[in-house]
Amino acid sequence: MDTFVQQLINGLTIGAIYALIALGYTMVYGILRLINFAHGDIYMVGAFVGYFLAFQLGFAAGPSLVGLGVVLIGSMIIAALVGMAVERFAYRPVRKYSRMTTLITAIGVSLLIENLFVARLGAAPRAFPQLLREQSYSLFGNAAISKSQILIFAVSILLMLLLQWIIFKTKVGTAMRAVSFNLNSAKLMGINTDAIISITFALGSALAAAGGVLTAQYNPQIDPLMGIITGLKAFVAAVLGGIGNVPGAVLGGLLIGLAETFVVGYGQNIGVPTTFRDAVAFAILILVLLFRPTGLLGTTVQEKV
Amino acid sequence: MPTLGKRLLAAAILVLALIAMNAYMSDEGLFGFGIPPYYARVIMLAGINVILAVSLNLITGFTGQFSIGHAGFMAVGAYSSAYLTVYYGQAWERSLAGVVGGTVAHVLIFLLAILVGALVAALAGLLVGIPSLRLRGDYLAIVTLGFAEIIRIVILNIDKVGGATGFTVPGYTNFLWVGGFAVITIVIVYNIVHSDMGRALISIREDELAAEAMGINTTRYKVLSFVISSALAGMAGVLFGHYTQFLSTNDFQFIRSFEIIIMIVLGGMGSLTGAVFGSIVITLLPELLRKLPGDASKYRLVVYSALLIIIMLTRPQGILGTREFGLSWLKRARKRPEGTQAVGASNGVPMAEHTKPSSLDREKEAGNL
Repeated sequence: MDTFVQQLINGLTIGAIYALIALGYTMVYGILRLINFAHGDIYMVGAFVGYFLAFQLGFAAGPSLVGLGVVLIGSMIIAALVGMAVERFAYRPVRKYSRMTTLITAIGVSLLIENLFVARLGAAPRAFPQLLREQSYSLFGNAAISKSQILIFAVSILLMLLLQWIIFKTKVGTAMRAVSFNLNSAKLMGINTDAIISITFALGSALAAAGGVLTAQYNPQIDPLMGIITGLKAFVAAVLGGIGNVPGAVLGGLLIGLAETFVVGYGQNIGVPTTFRDAVAFAILILVLLFRPTGLLGTTVQEKV
Repeated sequence: MPTLGKRLLAAAILVLALIAMNAYMSDEGLFGFGIPPYYARVIMLAGINVILAVSLNLITGFTGQFSIGHAGFMAVGAYSSAYLTVYYGQAWERSLAGVVGGTVAHVLIFLLAILVGALVAALAGLLVGIPSLRLRGDYLAIVTLGFAEIIRIVILNIDKVGGATGFTVPGYTNFLWVGGFAVITIVIVYNIVHSDMGRALISIREDELAAEAMGINTTRYKVLSFVISSALAGMAGVLFGHYTQFLSTNDFQFIRSFEIIIMIVLGGMGSLTGAVFGSIVITLLPELLRKLPGDASKYRLVVYSALLIIIMLTRPQGILGTREFGLSWLKRARKRPEGTQAVGASNGVPMAEHTKPSSLDREKEAGNL
């Protein structure tokens, strides 16, 4: 039972990170119908910006909560700018073209960011400075929760609530929902759709960057290719929850995090090797899509001639 | 329509050209002329990529079903045939050599391996296609990607084929095989596209609902073209494995599937010559960029991805669009006869440039954020 609680905590930790990244995928897809393959790389950029901020501002020397806050917010702001730049210079010019073209552009941007980082910084992993004095608290007997896990839960819940507030209570959020419902009608209603799309990319990128810095606290190793597989799984999480649906992305992220941890923890008992960790997300996705073709919380769109 | 005599002549010239090219690329060279192994390798990989791109074009370019799982089927073909050649190949070849001679036995065994690879990949395509092809657009894309990753991870866990350490495979492939099967793939896909089935596939691409209303069994055609496409990808996998002589599941990650998609989008979706062109460009580009001066060669992959984005920004429909490049293009340049449509449309297959949005670039219908 104790290990079960422990697995649950670990699974939710990874799941919260997936959820943060999945939110960016789902918002961009909801508005542009674009699979933003570069989003996983923005997560990586966020972690690296945090790394350089920590060293440049002198927070790498020792743990400090102020340092963590500055690094987290700083990397979110810079990643948001990167996300907006990607949208402005790569996606906006091809927006009017076919889906295939935008998709290849997204893959191109993803490759560009990865290769640029590998060429500049090398592919070897770097150790992220610990900004949090690591400490474990015992929970229900033998299960333990570490400070970085508490941080991940607290920050991700806070950010998700903030996002929910932005989407449903602010003018920008109303405009975002209008654009996602119908871009052209929204434009006719006087909404500056370009600006709204830009803001959507900024929000998604900031969340991914937060995910990057938080992951780096939990597992302090960062490398330029860390965004590929994490990004892919976060995208799977977004599709699983119903792409374009904000609560769905969170649900999908948590489910995939839990499933992965349970496969590693209990898989051997039922004959599933731990190496299937990376396959389980896809297996769940395929099973769910076969029975609910639009994901868990997605709504069905009736196709008309 | 060329006459039978002309066709036979063309085929004979093609075969001779392949044999000459094969000799030219071999270690001995043709009449003392040869090319360095590095160039030979690039040409071989380009040939294998041609097979992959042309086969993916059948399902994605002509049928409009967006698949990002091609590397998975390639892996299935590569590993299943390698299992055959590694564990049974030599014994069978020896016993067969006593009956028909060494060279013929060698050829027969590899033909068998290609057949097995293609069949197993076709079976995998069938198993993946039947459930997945009910989904559309991006959902289909992500499910095919998921299946390909699952295939890769399953292979990674089979110790008989090397698992994570990789699998050493005997070498069988030479340019004659790659060139020959590239031609065969192109002929197969060309004939499918210009047949009843091809028209059904293109009608599915243009409007699936309308095609269904016209009495086309869309599921059947989609699955059929998916299976054929998978079988051809499996064949490419067999050639790839027996050329590199070493298989690692890292060669079949989803980035490989992306690469094949990039080839067909770059060349122009729904254009056969475009797919061939795109696959050659994408194979050569990173190699040519190795020649960048001094320190800049460190950035060759950066330049490569930047070029990719620039091509998409400046020529979004791909280099050829849906047009075909052929001899009739050159003729048309001199004199365009009355009433002649774009090349490829002459057989009644509507492959002219899109004038109205097709299912691939249809506006989004509605959303829920």
